[in-house]
Amino acid sequence: MRADRTTYATGDAYVSTGMIDSRAPAEAHRTPAAPGEPLLTVEDLRVQFTRGGRRINAVNGLSYEMVPGKLMAIIGESGSGKSVSSRALMGLLPGTATITGSIRFDGRELIGLDEKELRKLRGGDIAMVFQDPARSLNPTMKIGAQISEAVRAHADLDKKGVQARAVELLRLVRLPAPERRFHEYPHQLSGGMRQRVMIAIALAGEPRLLIADEATTALDVTTQAQIMELLVELRERLGMAVIMISHDLGLAASYAEDVVVMYAGRAVEHAPVRTLFSNVRMPYTRALLGAIPALEREPHSMLPVTPGQPPDMSALPQGCPFRPRCPNATDKCLEHPPFLEHEPDHWYACWHPAGTELDTAPEVTAAVAPATAAEAAHHSTAHDQGAAQ
Amino acid sequence: MTAPQQQPQGRPVPPKTTLLRARNLVQEFPVRGAGGVKGGVVHAVSNVSFDVYAGETLGVVGETGSGKSTLARSVIQAPRPRSGEVEFQGTDLMKLRRRDLKQARRQMQMVYQDPFGSLNPRWRISELVEEPLVGYGEGNASTRKRRVDELLDLVGLDPSQYARRRPHEISGGQCQRVAIARAIALDPALVICDEAVSSLDVLIQAQVLNLFEKLRRDLNLSYLFIAHDLALVKQVSDRVAVMYLGQLAEIGPAEGIYRQPLHPYTSALLDSIPRIDPATGRANKPVSLPGEPPSPVDPPSGCRFRTRCPRAQLKCAEEEPQLVELLPGHQAACHFPLTVPESELPPRPAGATQAAPDASVAVG
Ligand SMILES: Nc1ncnc2c1ncn2[C@@H]1O[C@H](COP(=O)(O)OP(=O)(O)OP(=O)(O)O)[C@@H](O)[C@H]1O
Ligand SMILES: Nc1ncnc2c1ncn2[C@@H]1O[C@H](COP(=O)(O)OP(=O)(O)O)[C@@H](O)[C@H]1O
Ligand code: SF4
Ligand code: SF4
Ligand SMILES: [Mg+2]
Ligand SMILES: [Mg+2]
Repeated sequence: MRADRTTYATGDAYVSTGMIDSRAPAEAHRTPAAPGEPLLTVEDLRVQFTRGGRRINAVNGLSYEMVPGKLMAIIGESGSGKSVSSRALMGLLPGTATITGSIRFDGRELIGLDEKELRKLRGGDIAMVFQDPARSLNPTMKIGAQISEAVRAHADLDKKGVQARAVELLRLVRLPAPERRFHEYPHQLSGGMRQRVMIAIALAGEPRLLIADEATTALDVTTQAQIMELLVELRERLGMAVIMISHDLGLAASYAEDVVVMYAGRAVEHAPVRTLFSNVRMPYTRALLGAIPALEREPHSMLPVTPGQPPDMSALPQGCPFRPRCPNATDKCLEHPPFLEHEPDHWYACWHPAGTELDTAPEVTAAVAPATAAEAAHHSTAHDQGAAQ
Repeated sequence: MTAPQQQPQGRPVPPKTTLLRARNLVQEFPVRGAGGVKGGVVHAVSNVSFDVYAGETLGVVGETGSGKSTLARSVIQAPRPRSGEVEFQGTDLMKLRRRDLKQARRQMQMVYQDPFGSLNPRWRISELVEEPLVGYGEGNASTRKRRVDELLDLVGLDPSQYARRRPHEISGGQCQRVAIARAIALDPALVICDEAVSSLDVLIQAQVLNLFEKLRRDLNLSYLFIAHDLALVKQVSDRVAVMYLGQLAEIGPAEGIYRQPLHPYTSALLDSIPRIDPATGRANKPVSLPGEPPSPVDPPSGCRFRTRCPRAQLKCAEEEPQLVELLPGHQAACHFPLTVPESELPPRPAGATQAAPDASVAVG
């Protein structure tokens, strides 16, 4: 997965005094990635929002690498920083965001690029598809006009050429009867068809990296399977890399080659999918896996319980952010665990990973997990759900 | 209450008292045509019959727009279904007047998906939980306060910490606990959960699912548990009903639906769920079902699933299949259920099925 064995130690407790300079000058080197070189390197990415005097640490030292053509999944609960970190990549964050760290795409630093350069990149080399196609599409514009606009933004074609390319793109995403759909409005299409149109628009600039942020979350499982199959097929045909962002471990396990698990704005585990799920190390990842209602489970069986809720991103606990909920936590965990490649290709950030001496498997009890004191102190998820899209 | 409890040994004997009996429910909504399209009728629920036994959980699963919420609303008579019968605890709800309906509905409570939308944002948690008690004139202020504390304890919210907060001061999972406390305040016999955990993250969802299970055991509740996620539904249900385009495709024991699906749609649904084998960590790659659900304004003739069904025959377009008991307690509405091997299906005339017709209109 990674060419070298460099370790990315996440810095200890984030700097909370003073603003960090967000607009570090960009190094504008343009050396294209050599084969085997990463297409994307995210290093110690931090995103901070200031809202009403409160500082929200949405991303807290995220690091990962991705080679060209990969299908990588980023998973984590709502509010864990999945969307913010990928929007940072696209330069799509609001002005209230302070971004530090490094995002190198194809050897070029993206943090600090000006809006003009970023716009060229967006929908060009990097494109994004969001959860809610109904909101991403203009309801008053016909499908054809919307996709033609995207085509025109990337290619200098005459009217006929634009239309031909637009229909070709709709065909590429297997929209049924593309010529007819061309003259229809978004509300005349089903959710799955609208998502196909969004993907077609994203493909207009022939991206090398497509970020699908919860692109199938709002769809039915049968439609979800169709869209995922489409993404897998397109990736192979067009040779692009795909980052799929999801809260669904099963979905990631089914389609991705690599999985990054995020918690509280950081990567906490990263490995090829086989390695990860056959040898889960992070207590958090294990908790996620255990809590999925699986078809294999007996009806009425109790699920293993993880108490509490994700931390308030404006008041992270000291040390490991999972500590208040972790069955393995000790005093050692008051110190921040570094994110290291502990085993070949298997990265994680934990002092007492699964399978080691102090490991305690989560208990299955019939008891209600009471809302804990930790929960009482924070109520961030309430707001996160609104802000997360 | 908090002592770890063993799984009951063996399968429980199916309970036999019928709590809720629904027969031939039909709900339709007239739609006005937009942009020159002529209007019609949405066939949201078409001829649906089922029972919920005392103490059991009946799960209802189906794609968006398949009529799950409409079915739930028909049961509680809000609005009344177009036709059919709903008998709850022996009373025919379809015939009750408003005031009598309110009394009957006391025993039948709903929990909805949106944890914030379903709670008045200006009220304190204690007031929210007290409201149903006040609404039905239960006790006096001090007995109600005691009951509110008891209810908050039951759903795992420490009253001393949470009673005075307002919805925006608690998390989504905690809001859902408050909604559950409200639902059980009047000691109902049946709780109808419409996507009650669908917006929660998996760890919080597990907490709330366990709470549902615990309340079921402690208070002998029955649930009508609606969700679009079959794995989730199976986790909590004794029996599962599978809906497709306003009709029941299949209904049977939760374990049976999973191990031996009878309807091709159920089987397709099972195949499209992304899964990880808990033992090996291997993923089960989903197989997609081609096509789109047809418009409920103009459902296909015969079997409504025929436009996407890999087993469809001419007969499927001509004749509407009825629910038939094919295994004990396990019914399906299909002319060629999966108990019939592929090799024994009648030879398929060329062009009998067309894959993925492009007749669908956005719904839901
Ligand atoms: N008040 C209404 N007026 C018109 N059509 C309606 C109305 N309520 C529901 N429908 C339609 O009836 C059908 C069934 O809707 P329903 O809300 O019951 O589906 P559902 O299975 O609950 O879907 P979801 O999973 O999205 O909640 C849909 O086609 C829907 O658009
Ligand atoms: N524009 C914003 N202003 C302030 N906080 C934000 C903003 N966008 C996101 N956040 C916060 O950043 C954190 C991470 O959000 P997000 O990346 O959307 O999570 P998810 O993993 O669900 O995609 C959350 O705590 C969220 O509330
Ligand atoms: S064992 Fe410690 S470091 Fe590891 S996840 Fe638990 S709290 Fe964090
Ligand atoms: S009746 Fe025919 S079309 Fe319908 S599910 Fe059965 S085989 Fe398929
Ligand atoms: Mg998100
Ligand atoms: Mg619904």
